Amino acid sequence: MVRAPDELAETPSQTAGPYVHIGLTPAFIGIAGPYPGDLGRSPVRDGARGERIAVTGRVIDGLGTALRDAVLESWQADAAGLYPGNDPRGPADPGVTGWARLAADGATGLFRLETVKPGRVPFPDGRPMAPHILLWVVARGINIGLATRMYFDDEAEANAACPVLARIAPLERVQTLLARRTAPGEYRFDIVLQGPGETVFFDA
Amino acid sequence: MTAPAPAPATAPTRGPLLPRDRARHPRPLHPDYKSSVLRAPALPPVAMPSTLSEETGPVFGHGLIGPRDNNLVLNFTGRPAIGPRILVWGRVLDGSGRPVPGVLVEIWQANAGGRYRHPNDGYAAPLDPDFGGCGRTLTAADGVYEFLTVRPGPYPWPNGPNDWRPAHIHVSVFGSGFGQRLITQMYFEGDPLIPRCPIVRTIADPRAVETLVAPLDMSRAIPMDALAYRFDIVLRGRRQTMFETRMEGL
Repeated sequence: MVRAPDELAETPSQTAGPYVHIGLTPAFIGIAGPYPGDLGRSPVRDGARGERIAVTGRVIDGLGTALRDAVLESWQADAAGLYPGNDPRGPADPGVTGWARLAADGATGLFRLETVKPGRVPFPDGRPMAPHILLWVVARGINIGLATRMYFDDEAEANAACPVLARIAPLERVQTLLARRTAPGEYRFDIVLQGPGETVFFDA
Repeated sequence: MTAPAPAPATAPTRGPLLPRDRARHPRPLHPDYKSSVLRAPALPPVAMPSTLSEETGPVFGHGLIGPRDNNLVLNFTGRPAIGPRILVWGRVLDGSGRPVPGVLVEIWQANAGGRYRHPNDGYAAPLDPDFGGCGRTLTAADGVYEFLTVRPGPYPWPNGPNDWRPAHIHVSVFGSGFGQRLITQMYFEGDPLIPRCPIVRTIADPRAVETLVAPLDMSRAIPMDALAYRFDIVLRGRRQTMFETRMEGL
């Protein structure tokens, strides 16, 4: 792309590598010295408003193997669709920080996010996007963090009207962004890095 | 004669993000870096304008950061780690060149012998009982961050038959928007392993690689204590709004 002449170029990415836990989740691998605990253990506090949900999933490579070294971060709105921090529309539920770090389990590759279901947030033109949670994946072999969105398969009406999902072609690839409800409040969401069923990643 | 209007002091925290220049970033698939072969998406990402989801991001308070969190020489046991003491510092800027204050910068690295404190690292070099290898800080009002640490060693890794990583420090940084999230690696000026490294070479543009190489900075070296290296970090910018343009033109 063409930058304005006075625009500085972004620092290039490099892989987080195999030892990413030392930096992002040291307590997860038993480094207890420096900090009281890992950041981003939960995106919600007691008293957060909205429907409690939990999402379990894996990150899967081109051979169908679950990554056991992946680290994910999630970012989401509160149940009313407001973002914590710097949302220009106003303050969010103080019970929601919105951000979490999820290390894949070293044996199974499973990650688990316990949170509240986010509300709808407007697209720049004002149309509501369907409820979604941003996920960002880093690991050895991933040269630039992969950004995707998790939507919910029990929000069919909102999904059908979502201006982001409407951009995805072919339409079948929308399926890769839908968390499947497996029980009340429980969802399953796998991220496929490569090959058949490859998850849609975004450049937004 | 009118004095030039002062630029807004810090980077904007609201508004649309400028698109990433993917040509400056590594290629997702780079077969010489073998781990990328099964982990790189085969399809291109779906391009779209940023939304509030990408334009907002987590905010970290000073209460999260302990006084020794950015001192890797002491933060593991309180006894000094072994190795050449260095100060690593720089500024976090956005594409407009303005500082990004109050954002979380986290680093991790091998010890002076090139060994990581991680269950999956089995390199022959020993662990240093007094070195953990992680640090974190928030940028100051002028976007500046700094860490006191030891210079990490180079190390061999299983990729090609005899591949060695140049000495490097992993750096994770947040912006004001989650879409600015970035992880990279800082290298050291003059290291002959840099141009040989398959991970460095995932970046096609040699000018982009140069921005990851921190020069020695004698202006910040601490006499009789530590050499200094400078590493500035540039995050994606935001589109100038009408309001800002008018403010700057006043």
